[in-house]
Amino acid sequence: MEGDIVQMGAYIGAGLACMGMGGAAVGVGNVAGNYLSGALRNPSAAAGQTAMLFIGIAFAEALGIFSFLVALLLMFAV
Amino acid sequence: MATEAQGEESGGLVFHPMDQFKVEPLFGGDAIAWYTPTNVTLWMGITILAVVVLLILGSSKRAIVPSRGQSIAELAYGFIYKMVEDICGKDGVKYFPYIMTLFMFIVFANFLGLLPMAFTTTSHIAVTALLALAVFFAVTILGFVLNGPAFLGLFWVKEAPLALRPVLALIEVISYFVRPVSHSIRLAGNMMAGHAVIKVFAAFAAIAAISPLSIVAITAMYGLEVLVAFIQAYVFTILTCVYLKDALHPSH
Repeated sequence: MEGDIVQMGAYIGAGLACMGMGGAAVGVGNVAGNYLSGALRNPSAAAGQTAMLFIGIAFAEALGIFSFLVALLLMFAV
Repeated sequence: MATEAQGEESGGLVFHPMDQFKVEPLFGGDAIAWYTPTNVTLWMGITILAVVVLLILGSSKRAIVPSRGQSIAELAYGFIYKMVEDICGKDGVKYFPYIMTLFMFIVFANFLGLLPMAFTTTSHIAVTALLALAVFFAVTILGFVLNGPAFLGLFWVKEAPLALRPVLALIEVISYFVRPVSHSIRLAGNMMAGHAVIKVFAAFAAIAAISPLSIVAITAMYGLEVLVAFIQAYVFTILTCVYLKDALHPSH
Protein backbone atom coordinates (compact mmCIF):
# COMPACT_ATOMS: atom_id res chain seq x y z
CA MET A 1 0.00 0.00 0.00
CA GLU A 2 2.28 2.74 -1.19
CA GLY A 3 1.59 5.73 -3.37
CA ASP A 4 0.94 9.37 -2.76
CA ILE A 5 -2.14 11.15 -1.56
CA VAL A 6 -2.83 12.64 -5.00
CA GLN A 7 -3.23 9.19 -6.46
CA MET A 8 -5.50 8.19 -3.60
CA GLY A 9 -7.65 11.24 -4.26
CA ALA A 10 -7.75 10.41 -7.96
CA TYR A 11 -8.92 6.86 -7.27
CA ILE A 12 -11.57 8.01 -4.81
CA GLY A 13 -12.72 10.58 -7.34
CA ALA A 14 -12.90 7.92 -10.03
CA GLY A 15 -15.09 5.84 -7.75
CA LEU A 16 -17.30 8.83 -6.96
CA ALA A 17 -17.66 9.52 -10.69
CA CYS A 18 -19.45 6.18 -10.95
CA MET A 19 -22.39 7.81 -9.16
CA GLY A 20 -23.06 9.61 -12.44
CA MET A 21 -24.17 6.23 -13.72
CA GLY A 22 -27.15 6.44 -11.38
CA GLY A 23 -28.19 9.75 -12.88
CA ALA A 24 -27.95 8.37 -16.40
CA ALA A 25 -29.94 5.32 -15.30
CA VAL A 26 -32.73 7.51 -13.92
CA GLY A 27 -32.76 9.57 -17.11
CA VAL A 28 -32.80 6.63 -19.51
CA GLY A 29 -35.41 4.82 -17.42
CA ASN A 30 -37.58 7.91 -17.38
CA VAL A 31 -37.40 8.30 -21.16
CA ALA A 32 -38.08 4.64 -21.87
CA GLY A 33 -40.82 4.35 -19.26
CA ASN A 34 -42.65 7.41 -20.50
CA TYR A 35 -42.34 6.17 -24.06
CA LEU A 36 -43.84 2.84 -23.05
CA SER A 37 -46.71 4.39 -21.13
CA GLY A 38 -47.44 6.66 -24.06
CA ALA A 39 -47.16 3.77 -26.51
CA LEU A 40 -49.60 1.65 -24.53
CA ARG A 41 -52.15 4.45 -24.48
CA ASN A 42 -51.87 5.04 -28.22
CA PRO A 43 -50.18 2.06 -29.88
CA SER A 44 -50.80 3.35 -33.40
CA ALA A 45 -48.58 6.39 -32.78
CA ALA A 46 -45.80 4.39 -31.16
CA ALA A 47 -43.98 3.28 -34.31
CA GLY A 48 -43.45 6.83 -35.50
CA GLN A 49 -41.83 7.90 -32.26
CA THR A 50 -39.11 5.26 -31.88
CA ALA A 51 -36.60 7.65 -33.43
CA MET A 52 -37.46 10.23 -30.78
CA LEU A 53 -37.10 7.51 -28.14
CA PHE A 54 -33.56 6.76 -29.23
CA ILE A 55 -32.63 10.43 -29.49
CA GLY A 56 -33.93 10.99 -25.95
CA ILE A 57 -32.08 7.96 -24.66
CA ALA A 58 -28.91 9.11 -26.38
CA PHE A 59 -29.06 12.57 -24.82
CA ALA A 60 -29.78 11.18 -21.36
CA GLU A 61 -27.05 8.61 -21.70
CA ALA A 62 -24.42 11.10 -22.87
CA LEU A 63 -24.22 12.61 -19.40
CA GLY A 64 -23.59 9.20 -17.88
CA ILE A 65 -20.84 8.70 -20.43
CA PHE A 66 -19.33 12.02 -19.34
CA SER A 67 -18.99 10.70 -15.80
CA PHE A 68 -17.30 7.62 -17.23
CA LEU A 69 -14.95 9.95 -19.04
CA VAL A 70 -14.17 11.80 -15.80
CA ALA A 71 -13.38 8.47 -14.15
CA LEU A 72 -11.07 7.52 -17.01
CA LEU A 73 -9.31 10.90 -16.90
CA LEU A 74 -8.76 10.55 -13.16
CA MET A 75 -7.45 7.01 -13.53
CA PHE A 76 -5.11 7.52 -16.46
CA ALA A 77 -4.58 11.17 -17.26
CA VAL A 78 -4.28 13.08 -13.95
CA MET B 1 -3.17 4.40 -21.16
CA ALA B 2 -3.16 0.64 -20.66
CA THR B 3 0.62 0.59 -20.47
CA GLU B 4 0.63 2.98 -17.52
CA ALA B 5 -1.79 0.80 -15.62
CA GLN B 6 0.18 -2.35 -16.37
CA GLY B 7 3.11 -1.16 -14.32
CA GLU B 8 1.04 -0.99 -11.16
CA GLU B 9 -0.63 -3.95 -9.51
CA SER B 10 -3.83 -4.55 -11.48
CA GLY B 11 -6.03 -5.69 -8.62
CA GLY B 12 -5.14 -9.39 -8.93
CA LEU B 13 -6.71 -9.82 -12.35
CA VAL B 14 -4.91 -12.05 -14.84
CA PHE B 15 -4.83 -9.27 -17.41
CA HIS B 16 -5.84 -5.65 -17.43
CA PRO B 17 -9.27 -5.07 -19.01
CA MET B 18 -7.93 -2.08 -20.95
CA ASP B 19 -5.15 -4.07 -22.65
CA GLN B 20 -7.41 -4.91 -25.57
CA PHE B 21 -7.50 -1.27 -26.65
CA LYS B 22 -3.74 -1.00 -27.10
CA VAL B 23 -2.66 0.28 -30.50
CA GLU B 24 0.23 -1.85 -31.73
CA PRO B 25 2.26 -1.79 -34.93
CA LEU B 26 1.47 -4.76 -37.15
CA PHE B 27 5.02 -5.62 -38.13
CA GLY B 28 6.91 -5.39 -34.85
CA GLY B 29 8.75 -2.43 -33.44
CA ASP B 30 7.49 0.06 -30.86
CA ALA B 31 7.56 3.42 -32.57
CA ILE B 32 4.26 4.50 -34.09
CA ALA B 33 4.50 7.21 -36.72
CA TRP B 34 1.56 8.48 -38.71
CA TYR B 35 2.29 6.04 -41.55
CA THR B 36 2.88 2.92 -39.41
CA PRO B 37 0.32 0.20 -40.15
CA THR B 38 -1.21 -0.73 -36.80
CA ASN B 39 -4.01 -3.03 -35.74
CA VAL B 40 -6.34 -0.01 -36.08
CA THR B 41 -5.35 0.28 -39.73
CA LEU B 42 -5.92 -3.43 -40.24
CA TRP B 43 -9.37 -3.50 -38.68
CA MET B 44 -10.48 -0.29 -40.37
CA GLY B 45 -9.39 -1.83 -43.66
CA ILE B 46 -11.36 -4.99 -42.90
CA THR B 47 -14.37 -2.86 -41.98
CA ILE B 48 -14.28 -0.92 -45.23
CA LEU B 49 -13.70 -4.10 -47.21
CA ALA B 50 -16.69 -5.77 -45.52
CA VAL B 51 -18.96 -2.82 -46.28
CA VAL B 52 -17.82 -2.66 -49.90
CA VAL B 53 -18.18 -6.43 -50.39
CA LEU B 54 -21.66 -6.49 -48.83
CA LEU B 55 -23.00 -3.55 -50.78
CA ILE B 56 -21.39 -4.38 -54.14
CA LEU B 57 -22.22 -8.08 -54.04
CA GLY B 58 -25.63 -7.28 -52.60
CA SER B 59 -26.56 -4.86 -55.33
CA SER B 60 -24.85 -6.50 -58.32
CA LYS B 61 -27.38 -9.28 -59.05
CA ARG B 62 -30.58 -7.32 -58.51
CA ALA B 63 -32.64 -10.51 -58.37
CA ILE B 64 -36.42 -10.36 -58.03
CA VAL B 65 -36.18 -12.90 -55.24
CA PRO B 66 -33.27 -11.49 -53.22
CA SER B 67 -30.49 -13.62 -51.82
CA ARG B 68 -29.48 -13.17 -48.19
CA GLY B 69 -26.76 -10.65 -49.04
CA GLN B 70 -29.07 -8.65 -51.24
CA SER B 71 -31.79 -8.59 -48.57
CA ILE B 72 -29.36 -7.24 -45.98
CA ALA B 73 -27.98 -4.60 -48.33
CA GLU B 74 -31.47 -3.49 -49.36
CA LEU B 75 -32.70 -3.55 -45.78
CA ALA B 76 -29.82 -1.31 -44.65
CA TYR B 77 -30.34 1.06 -47.58
CA GLY B 78 -34.07 1.33 -46.98
CA PHE B 79 -33.63 1.74 -43.25
CA ILE B 80 -31.22 4.66 -43.52
CA TYR B 81 -33.08 6.24 -46.45
CA LYS B 82 -36.29 6.29 -44.44
CA MET B 83 -34.49 7.72 -41.42
CA VAL B 84 -32.98 10.58 -43.43
CA GLU B 85 -36.30 11.29 -45.14
CA ASP B 86 -38.27 11.23 -41.88
CA ILE B 87 -35.93 13.50 -39.93
CA CYS B 88 -34.38 15.86 -42.50
CA GLY B 89 -37.28 15.98 -44.92
CA LYS B 90 -37.15 15.69 -48.70
CA ASP B 91 -34.31 18.17 -49.15
CA GLY B 92 -32.13 16.17 -46.76
CA VAL B 93 -32.09 13.19 -49.11
CA LYS B 94 -29.25 14.87 -51.04
CA TYR B 95 -26.95 14.11 -48.12
CA PHE B 96 -28.08 10.50 -47.83
CA PRO B 97 -24.83 8.97 -49.25
CA TYR B 98 -22.72 10.52 -46.49
CA ILE B 99 -25.07 9.35 -43.74
CA MET B 100 -25.29 5.87 -45.26
CA THR B 101 -21.47 5.70 -45.36
CA LEU B 102 -21.25 6.77 -41.73
CA PHE B 103 -23.82 4.20 -40.62
CA MET B 104 -22.31 1.30 -42.55
CA PHE B 105 -18.79 2.10 -41.36
CA ILE B 106 -19.78 2.40 -37.71
CA VAL B 107 -22.07 -0.60 -37.62
CA PHE B 108 -19.47 -2.82 -39.29
CA ALA B 109 -16.66 -1.52 -37.07
CA ASN B 110 -18.81 -2.25 -34.00
CA PHE B 111 -19.84 -5.73 -35.13
CA LEU B 112 -16.37 -6.75 -36.33
CA GLY B 113 -14.98 -5.54 -33.02
CA LEU B 114 -17.16 -8.11 -31.28
CA LEU B 115 -15.32 -11.01 -32.93
CA PRO B 116 -12.90 -12.72 -30.56
CA MET B 117 -9.34 -11.36 -30.89
CA ALA B 118 -10.63 -8.47 -32.98
CA PHE B 119 -9.83 -4.84 -32.38
CA THR B 120 -12.69 -2.37 -31.96
CA THR B 121 -11.67 0.71 -33.90
CA THR B 122 -14.70 2.68 -32.70
CA SER B 123 -13.64 2.24 -29.07
CA HIS B 124 -10.92 4.84 -29.66
CA ILE B 125 -11.85 8.43 -29.12
CA ALA B 126 -9.47 9.45 -31.93
CA VAL B 127 -11.56 7.54 -34.47
CA THR B 128 -14.98 8.65 -33.27
CA ALA B 129 -13.81 12.22 -32.70
CA LEU B 130 -12.79 12.41 -36.34
CA LEU B 131 -16.20 11.11 -37.43
CA ALA B 132 -18.03 13.52 -35.11
CA LEU B 133 -15.87 16.52 -36.06
CA ALA B 134 -16.45 15.79 -39.71
CA VAL B 135 -20.20 15.88 -39.06
CA PHE B 136 -19.85 19.04 -36.95
CA PHE B 137 -17.86 20.98 -39.53
CA ALA B 138 -19.96 19.70 -42.41
CA VAL B 139 -23.17 20.75 -40.68
CA THR B 140 -21.84 24.15 -39.61
CA ILE B 141 -20.43 25.01 -43.04
CA LEU B 142 -23.57 23.71 -44.74
CA GLY B 143 -25.74 25.76 -42.43
CA PHE B 144 -23.91 28.97 -43.27
CA VAL B 145 -23.74 28.20 -46.98
CA LEU B 146 -27.44 27.39 -47.28
CA ASN B 147 -28.88 29.99 -44.90
CA GLY B 148 -26.22 32.68 -44.68
CA PRO B 149 -26.32 34.69 -41.44
CA ALA B 150 -29.86 33.39 -40.85
CA PHE B 151 -28.23 30.20 -39.57
CA LEU B 152 -27.47 32.10 -36.36
CA GLY B 153 -31.24 32.14 -35.79
CA LEU B 154 -30.69 28.62 -34.48
CA PHE B 155 -29.34 30.21 -31.30
CA TRP B 156 -31.97 32.94 -31.02
CA VAL B 157 -35.14 31.20 -29.83
CA LYS B 158 -38.03 33.31 -31.14
CA GLU B 159 -40.70 31.45 -29.18
CA ALA B 160 -39.19 32.47 -25.84
CA PRO B 161 -39.88 35.79 -24.05
CA LEU B 162 -37.45 38.55 -25.02
CA ALA B 163 -35.84 38.80 -21.58
CA LEU B 164 -35.01 35.11 -21.63
CA ARG B 165 -33.53 34.99 -25.12
CA PRO B 166 -29.91 36.05 -24.33
CA VAL B 167 -29.70 33.39 -21.62
CA LEU B 168 -31.15 30.79 -23.96
CA ALA B 169 -28.77 31.91 -26.71
CA LEU B 170 -25.81 31.32 -24.40
CA ILE B 171 -27.08 27.86 -23.49
CA GLU B 172 -27.76 27.06 -27.15
CA VAL B 173 -24.26 28.14 -28.17
CA ILE B 174 -22.68 26.00 -25.45
CA SER B 175 -24.82 23.03 -26.35
CA TYR B 176 -23.96 23.50 -30.01
CA PHE B 177 -20.24 23.29 -29.32
CA VAL B 178 -20.58 20.37 -26.92
CA ARG B 179 -22.27 18.39 -29.70
CA PRO B 180 -19.12 16.90 -31.28
CA VAL B 181 -17.82 16.03 -27.82
CA SER B 182 -20.90 14.12 -26.72
CA HIS B 183 -21.40 12.73 -30.23
CA SER B 184 -17.97 11.12 -30.25
CA ILE B 185 -17.69 10.16 -26.61
CA ARG B 186 -21.06 8.43 -26.64
CA LEU B 187 -19.94 5.95 -29.28
CA ALA B 188 -16.40 5.46 -27.99
CA GLY B 189 -17.49 5.27 -24.35
CA ASN B 190 -20.20 2.72 -25.00
CA MET B 191 -17.91 0.51 -27.05
CA MET B 192 -15.01 0.79 -24.62
CA ALA B 193 -17.12 0.24 -21.51
CA GLY B 194 -18.90 -2.80 -22.93
CA HIS B 195 -15.72 -4.48 -24.09
CA ALA B 196 -13.97 -3.69 -20.80
CA VAL B 197 -16.85 -5.28 -18.86
CA ILE B 198 -16.57 -8.45 -20.96
CA LYS B 199 -12.81 -8.56 -20.29
CA VAL B 200 -13.34 -8.06 -16.55
CA PHE B 201 -15.66 -11.06 -16.47
CA ALA B 202 -13.17 -12.99 -18.62
CA ALA B 203 -10.51 -12.32 -16.00
CA PHE B 204 -12.89 -13.52 -13.27
CA ALA B 205 -13.31 -16.78 -15.20
CA ALA B 206 -9.78 -17.74 -14.17
CA ILE B 207 -10.92 -17.94 -10.53
CA ALA B 208 -12.33 -21.47 -10.13
CA ALA B 209 -15.08 -20.64 -7.61
CA ILE B 210 -16.87 -18.09 -9.78
CA SER B 211 -15.87 -19.25 -13.26
CA PRO B 212 -19.28 -20.78 -14.23
CA LEU B 213 -21.04 -17.60 -13.13
CA SER B 214 -18.64 -15.38 -15.01
CA ILE B 215 -18.94 -17.46 -18.19
CA VAL B 216 -22.72 -17.01 -18.05
CA ALA B 217 -22.15 -13.32 -17.44
CA ILE B 218 -19.82 -13.07 -20.47
CA THR B 219 -22.48 -14.69 -22.66
CA ALA B 220 -25.16 -12.34 -21.37
CA MET B 221 -22.94 -9.27 -21.75
CA TYR B 222 -21.98 -10.37 -25.25
CA GLY B 223 -25.65 -10.54 -26.22
CA LEU B 224 -26.17 -7.07 -24.80
CA GLU B 225 -23.10 -5.80 -26.65
CA VAL B 226 -24.43 -7.06 -30.00
CA LEU B 227 -27.53 -4.97 -29.31
CA VAL B 228 -25.50 -1.97 -28.14
CA ALA B 229 -23.23 -2.17 -31.20
CA PHE B 230 -26.24 -1.71 -33.47
CA ILE B 231 -28.04 0.84 -31.30
CA GLN B 232 -24.98 3.06 -30.98
CA ALA B 233 -24.43 3.07 -34.73
CA TYR B 234 -28.13 3.91 -35.11
CA VAL B 235 -27.92 6.67 -32.52
CA PHE B 236 -24.81 8.18 -34.12
CA THR B 237 -26.54 8.21 -37.49
CA ILE B 238 -29.84 9.57 -36.18
CA LEU B 239 -28.06 12.39 -34.33
CA THR B 240 -26.20 13.21 -37.54
CA CYS B 241 -29.62 13.50 -39.20
CA VAL B 242 -30.89 15.73 -36.38
CA TYR B 243 -27.86 18.04 -36.67
CA LEU B 244 -28.27 18.10 -40.43
CA LYS B 245 -31.91 19.07 -40.00
CA ASP B 246 -30.77 22.07 -37.93
CA ALA B 247 -28.54 23.16 -40.78
CA LEU B 248 -31.29 22.75 -43.36
CA HIS B 249 -34.10 24.36 -41.35
CA PRO B 250 -32.52 26.51 -38.60
CA SER B 251 -35.72 28.40 -37.78
CA HIS B 252 -37.69 25.45 -36.37
